[in-house]
Amino acid sequence: MSETLFEPVVGRYLRLNLLGRPHRLYVEEAGQGIPLLCLHTAGSDTRQYRGLFNDAQILEKFRVISFDLPWHGKTSPPEGWQQREYKLTSAAYTDIIMTVCDALQLDQPVAIGCSIGGRIVLHLALEHPERFRALVGLQSGAHVEPYYDLRWLHRPDVQGGETCAGIVSGLIGPESPDSERWETLWHYMQSGPGVFKGDLHFYNLDGDIRGRVAGIDTTKCPLYLLSGEYDYSCTPEDTRELGKLVNASDVTIMEGMGHFPMSENPEKFLQYLRPVLERIHADSLKGQSEQKQSRPADDGEPGGRH
Amino acid sequence: MQDPQSLPELVNNDAWLVYRGRYIDTTFLLEIGEKSWLISIFEGAVKSVQSGPFVMPRWAFAVRVQQSAWEEYCRPVPKPGYHDIMALVKFKRATLEGDQQPLMANLLYFKDLLAKFREKKS
Repeated sequence: MSETLFEPVVGRYLRLNLLGRPHRLYVEEAGQGIPLLCLHTAGSDTRQYRGLFNDAQILEKFRVISFDLPWHGKTSPPEGWQQREYKLTSAAYTDIIMTVCDALQLDQPVAIGCSIGGRIVLHLALEHPERFRALVGLQSGAHVEPYYDLRWLHRPDVQGGETCAGIVSGLIGPESPDSERWETLWHYMQSGPGVFKGDLHFYNLDGDIRGRVAGIDTTKCPLYLLSGEYDYSCTPEDTRELGKLVNASDVTIMEGMGHFPMSENPEKFLQYLRPVLERIHADSLKGQSEQKQSRPADDGEPGGRH
Repeated sequence: MQDPQSLPELVNNDAWLVYRGRYIDTTFLLEIGEKSWLISIFEGAVKSVQSGPFVMPRWAFAVRVQQSAWEEYCRPVPKPGYHDIMALVKFKRATLEGDQQPLMANLLYFKDLLAKFREKKS
């Protein structure tokens, strides 16, 4: 009999109220140490972070967690979804993330988000910097102008999944491996009707943070930005501009990568991400030892869940 | 770029691409700089490629691309911003006009068809 081969990642359903409605939220996690909350892109799900969930080096020091937003992946929409149009807003997205952090009792997590996730970390940096140890924005820009007619993403005379995949296919770097490219596109093909479009309500309209982004204080919470050079949705210039404006802790432009670094080329992406996580980890250790020195009588629990 | 007249051969020998376009019956205009072609697709295969200039062309949708942008698009590995038709549109180096329904309903097919114009890696 051949050996049973499970990945280190475990998926479970979390029961909680989000925005006042009961949900059955799908959550994956692996590893131990500093909580690292991973936020997927518009119209996709936790599978985008499969590279992180399988990286032994990261799992040694980080408890990697990801959840499917309501309407995405294995998290169904709330009861009554059939009677309204789905539109993600900044307030709802922030509320969901903070509620999940509380429900999972995450103490000073790191949050990493891509695209809409990369945008919401900017909102988190502004509104909840004290709750996070560090924030990492992938393909993170303050605003993106729509460059095509979004109505094509949800209408009965086109197949939604394939059209959404067709829209985003060019956002993948041309030399990303075919297997990872099509895995990434498959997630888009599986997205529910109107979900990608509903997420873009936040990305293109409601989540425009240009007017407020200068208020981000990276001394309160470090903010790292990484962007792929082939992304034409959030361009490297957008990220560089943002980095200057907020005095980002670090800005990295990832060669050959597109809009979905963790999913379109996980191996290459991890080469860029590992040093950032190492730095966050080292800063945490430094912070702990400084805290100890300033409180010599403190016999607290340094090895607890961070 | 590949010679547009070689498009029927390039597409029609790709059985999977033809299958994916099996419900397409349309004609579109491809305009690169000052040159243009009318490309007719039937059941996923390229039925004809007519070269312009045209007096009274009929097409469902038109893809118009700046000459220099198309040249970069056709390189085996184009520079960022030139590697996809939607990237060209975003940076205003191309426009998509007319009845976009056949294009958007078969976007992955048409992206792969346009990629047939790309030069092969040496």
